[in-house]
Amino acid sequence: MEPRVVFNEELCKGCSLCISACPKNIIYLADRLNSKGYRPATVTEQDKCISCAACGRICPDAVITVYRPKKK
Amino acid sequence: MMELVFERTNGLTEKPTHYCPGCTHGIIHRLVGEVLEEMDIIEDTVGVASVGCSVLAYDYFNCDMTQAAHGRAPAVATGIKRVLPKDRIVFTYQGDGDLASIGMAEIVHAAARGENITVIFVNNAIYGMTGGQMAPTSLVGQKTATSPFGRDIALQGSPIRVSELLATLDGASYIERVSTHDVASIIKAKKAIRKAFETQKNGLGFSMVEVLSTCPTNWGIDPKESLDWVKEKMIPEYPLGVYKDVKGGK
Ligand SMILES: Cc1ncc(C[n+]2csc(CCOP(=O)(O)OP(=O)(O)O)c2C)c(N)n1
Ligand code: SF4
Ligand code: SF4
Ligand code: SF4
Ligand SMILES: [Mg+2]
Repeated sequence: MEPRVVFNEELCKGCSLCISACPKNIIYLADRLNSKGYRPATVTEQDKCISCAACGRICPDAVITVYRPKKK
Repeated sequence: MMELVFERTNGLTEKPTHYCPGCTHGIIHRLVGEVLEEMDIIEDTVGVASVGCSVLAYDYFNCDMTQAAHGRAPAVATGIKRVLPKDRIVFTYQGDGDLASIGMAEIVHAAARGENITVIFVNNAIYGMTGGQMAPTSLVGQKTATSPFGRDIALQGSPIRVSELLATLDGASYIERVSTHDVASIIKAKKAIRKAFETQKNGLGFSMVEVLSTCPTNWGIDPKESLDWVKEKMIPEYPLGVYKDVKGGK
C-alpha cells in the first residue's frame, strides 16, 4: 500500500505533538535516532490513517506530508 | 493512486529551524508561510524579524527579510513600507518581550499612525531567548526566572493585553487574538493571519494578529502540557477573538 502519511525524519524533533493530535492513535516515536539525536515520529499502520492532516497541521517543524487515495 | 492533502509550504525555506522541540513558533512560521504562498505574495513581501527566539526568522521565511534592533521592528517596517511601491507587503514577527516591553512605544505609534503594515505578535508570556524572564504578558502568579515566587501584582503590576490596548486606537484596522493549542485553533489562526495580510493588501491600514504560543523549555513542562497551559491558563487571561475590524464594522 502506498503510504498516506510520510515523515521527513531528519526534520523531526520528537516533540510528540502529532501523536497527541492523531484521532487514530497510530503515530509513535521510532526506536532509532535521527542525526540530531531525536527519535522520529512514524506510522506503521498506514491503512488505519484517515488522511485528516491533523498531524501535519500541529507539527511545528513541517515534517509531515499527507496523501489520500484518489476517488475514481 | 494517491492525491496530496497536506505538504510543507513553499513560503518557508528548506532550512531546519533552531526552535526547541514542540515550540509553537514553528507552527506560526508555517501559517505565515502558507498565507504568503496562498495569496501569491512571496515575491512581493518583506518581513522584519525582531529580537527574541525568532531573531533568525530571516533564514526561515522564503520572502525578502531583514532584522531590526530589539523592539524596533514596527519602525523599520514603517520605513520599508513607505519607500517601496505600494503593492509591496511588509510584516513584522515579534515576541511579547520585544513588542510589549522594549518595543511598546514603536508598536503603539505604528498602530496610532495607521501604518499599512502587518504585525505577527507571538505571545508566550515569557522572554524565551534569554532564559525565561518575566514579560509584561506573564500571568499573575506565573513563576519565571525573575519572578521565582510568581508574578505579584503589587510588585510587578498586571499583564498587558496588547490586542485590547491597540484596538482603542483609530489607526488600527484589524486586530485579532488567536491560539495554537489545538488543530481547530491553528486553522482559525491561519484565517486571521490571512485577514491581516488582506487588510494591508487592500490599503486599509495597521493590522495585527496576536498568537498565543508556547515556551516548553522555559515554562518547564513538556510540549503537550504547554498546549494545555495555553488553553487553561492563558486563554482566560487573553480571550480569543476579533478586537478590531474596520471593514466588518468593529
Ligand atoms: C537592547 C537589548 N536589550 C535586551 C536584549 C536581550 N534580549 C534578547 S531577546 C529578549 C526578550 C525576548 O523575548 P520575546 O520577545 O518574548 O521573544 P521569545 O524569545 O519569547 O520568542 C531580550 C530582553 C537585547 N538583545 N537587546
Ligand atoms: S493524517 Fe490524521 S489519521 Fe493520519 S496519521 Fe495524521 S493525524 Fe493520524
Ligand atoms: S509534531 Fe513534528 S516534530 Fe513533533 S514528533 Fe511529530 S513529526 Fe516530529
Ligand atoms: S526558548 Fe521557548 S520560545 Fe524559544 S525556541 Fe525554546 S521553547 Fe521556543
Ligand atoms: Mg516571549
